[in-house]
Amino acid sequence: MTHMPKPLYLAAGAYTMSLGTGRPEFNPRKARPGLEHYIQEVGRAVFDQIEDPDVIDEGVIGNFMAARFNKQGHLGSLMTIAHPSLEYKPMIRVEGACASGGLALATGIKSVLSGLADSVLVMGVEVQNTVKAVYGADILAGAGWFAGERKAGGTYFFPQKFSDRAGAFGQKYGVEKSRAAMAHWYATAIENARLNPLAQEHHNAVKDLVGLGLTPPDARTFCEHINLFHCSKVSDGAAAIVVCTKEGYKRLGLKRKDVVKIVGYGHAAANLTAPPPELTELTTSRKASGLARKMAKISAEDYGVIEVHDCFSITGMLSLEALELAGPGQSIDLVMAGENKRTGRFPTNTGGGLVGYGHPTGASGVRMAVDLWKQLTGKAGDFQIQLQKEHGVMISMGGNDKTVVSLVLKR
Amino acid sequence: MDLNTRLQNVTVIGAAGKMGSGISLLLALEIAYRALEHKDRTYLLNLVDVNDGALLGLLRYLREQAVKDAEKQMSRIRRLYADREDLVENGEMIQAFADEVLQHVRTGKTMTLAQDSTLVFEAAFEKEELKVGIYKELAAICPRDMYILTNTSSIPLHVLADASGMLGRVIGYHFYNPPAVQKLLEVITPDVCDSELQQLAAELAKVLRKTVVPSNDIAGFIGNGHFMRDGLHGIREVERLAQEHGFVKAVFFVNKTSREWLLRPMGIFQLIDYVGVDVFQLILRVMEKYLNDGLHSPLIDRYLELGIKGGQTSSGTQKDGFLKYDKGAIVGIYDPEKQEYVMMDGTWNKEADTQLGAHPDPTLSWKSLQGDPHLDAKLRRYFGSFGANPTFGVQLATDYFRVTREASLRLVADGVAHSAEDVNKVLTLGFFHLYGPINDYLD
Repeated sequence: MTHMPKPLYLAAGAYTMSLGTGRPEFNPRKARPGLEHYIQEVGRAVFDQIEDPDVIDEGVIGNFMAARFNKQGHLGSLMTIAHPSLEYKPMIRVEGACASGGLALATGIKSVLSGLADSVLVMGVEVQNTVKAVYGADILAGAGWFAGERKAGGTYFFPQKFSDRAGAFGQKYGVEKSRAAMAHWYATAIENARLNPLAQEHHNAVKDLVGLGLTPPDARTFCEHINLFHCSKVSDGAAAIVVCTKEGYKRLGLKRKDVVKIVGYGHAAANLTAPPPELTELTTSRKASGLARKMAKISAEDYGVIEVHDCFSITGMLSLEALELAGPGQSIDLVMAGENKRTGRFPTNTGGGLVGYGHPTGASGVRMAVDLWKQLTGKAGDFQIQLQKEHGVMISMGGNDKTVVSLVLKR
Repeated sequence: MDLNTRLQNVTVIGAAGKMGSGISLLLALEIAYRALEHKDRTYLLNLVDVNDGALLGLLRYLREQAVKDAEKQMSRIRRLYADREDLVENGEMIQAFADEVLQHVRTGKTMTLAQDSTLVFEAAFEKEELKVGIYKELAAICPRDMYILTNTSSIPLHVLADASGMLGRVIGYHFYNPPAVQKLLEVITPDVCDSELQQLAAELAKVLRKTVVPSNDIAGFIGNGHFMRDGLHGIREVERLAQEHGFVKAVFFVNKTSREWLLRPMGIFQLIDYVGVDVFQLILRVMEKYLNDGLHSPLIDRYLELGIKGGQTSSGTQKDGFLKYDKGAIVGIYDPEKQEYVMMDGTWNKEADTQLGAHPDPTLSWKSLQGDPHLDAKLRRYFGSFGANPTFGVQLATDYFRVTREASLRLVADGVAHSAEDVNKVLTLGFFHLYGPINDYLD
């Protein structure tokens, strides 16, 4: 697909608080809300923005591992509890590891393009704090190749995979420089999260963030090349947004200024059983975002606001290179110059991203679309940036760069 | 015989008690790790106790704790199970490890379980005749080269060894509660003690990652040598203050100042309740028998006559003793005259607070000073301000401070402790005090 067969829009976005360590509301010893709470809360927040709830034709819900975290399958049916108007409407659950939210958007887009729907409610949800981290790591490892990789993998499977990438990156471009950039990535994520009341790190009051980010990695207790500050959080949360046609958003009672146009779309999957072709590059992310940019007929310089999947600081940096905002290894200079900050040339993850807002895995892709929508429509509140350009881009990535959905949005 | 060989058959006597459970856990974990590392060897841990129900509880406790330990040692566990193709996920390995821990454990009520053991840990009730009886029975059924490591906290080792015909084969291995967590291990070496046993004890302490403080074989050793005198001072203070202020208020004053003014984790009566009023009495009796040092309190005897015992339930909640507790918080004080608890409902304790006067520095507490890098300087400044601050509370705290220091110095002078440093170590590591009692803060 090299062009959008018809104009599509994103409307009425919302997400919940990302609950987990760092939030004062979070107490590991007390019972916490489950999937139902998040689906209903985010559903309410979307339907509150809509005049006629019956206008929603379908629903798609992205989720990674509720079957293990919550012992719950059949989320398509569960999604109907978001609003009474959804009863007996078509609902479907999609999964693509941490790109489940991205896939939910892709599925919503396809539904609308097929002509079967004018407005699709796209949701993502994950409730992960049901188990201790050491068991959560097992569940999340399902995003890798279980039969071929898990046994030889570390206690914390994915941190180790991305630690390997950080190690290779450091070896190629300088260990100290790359670690400094990763520390700055962390600092920026927290600074942004402080402006976003729903972010898990909103209350983080650490003074020397860069110093903390520079904590030397400890292979004995965690990983060789990354520390805990280079990781996204274990989170509970949900996000939702409506994919619709022009007629669709009008029937929702919205105006063009309230919605953003989807002008680029790219989706790529790579062989789960094969190691990455290059540790220092996110090859699949580059492919998918290249397709999206080509469809949008713009250059990387045109991005005014960016959402990348910083499940780890190093992933965030490599994503900037995959977007061709920086050449190989040059994300270090980009980050050290502060160009990814909210006032920089390429404001990235302005609501905190995965490191600052949190990473309810199946919700993250949708949450990114919501943050872009917020920025491009001027609804980002305290973390609103002064937009210099009218395009936004997102990369929703699953596993070790194995499933990627990229969207380019226009104000 | 080396430690690894001895660890192949170990027995814990009194395994299901508070201290025995913790010692059993330490050994069960160590044995499970060794069994995974040395697959050609057989390891057995015999857990003996008189209480069937408590033994079942102990098995549950061991499983829960084995899971918790494996969760923390996951990298090591993954390495140990690298050759087990059927175990892939962390969760699978954690369960396998918990199974492994229990596979080496045998529980029972009869001493015969110990018959092949060359290493026996004894954590039976603190009664001389009981322990001697156990040692005699063990000596009759176990291999000749069997050694006993006893958790006694007060009875002289030479007395136990001599009476049981085990001279040279018994050493004091006094863990602190809870043994699996507490770093301190008081090792009491009697005059006659096999050098092999001494070496084994030292090696095992290292393996269990304990900090050893050596103590001489004098009843009470360092830990109780200090605690009993500290407690008796508190009781005498109550008796003195009660004449003017009434009994309940007196307990309130002494408990409060010994905790908040001395910056300790617990007030002295809270600590006696924690240990158990009955245990406190028992240890006093043992020590008095050998030391003849006025280690006796009619008040403690009276409390026990009235059935006021303190201690904890099997689930670890504090039972009422000198003080009444609600979810861990102190809510009342026992009045032995009225034979009831007088609640701290604000009717009298506010006035008592006023009588004590303001705390010398309300910003400082035992909790607030945890891990403080400037601890020594802050304590120096804090206690240094006592002189210029002659409130009633400061006066009580000053007296307490001096008495506890005197008692500690006597432990060194009497040869119980080798050095002032050892006494300080026992109090900071074993009792979680912020500072050792032998210091110059008030000089």
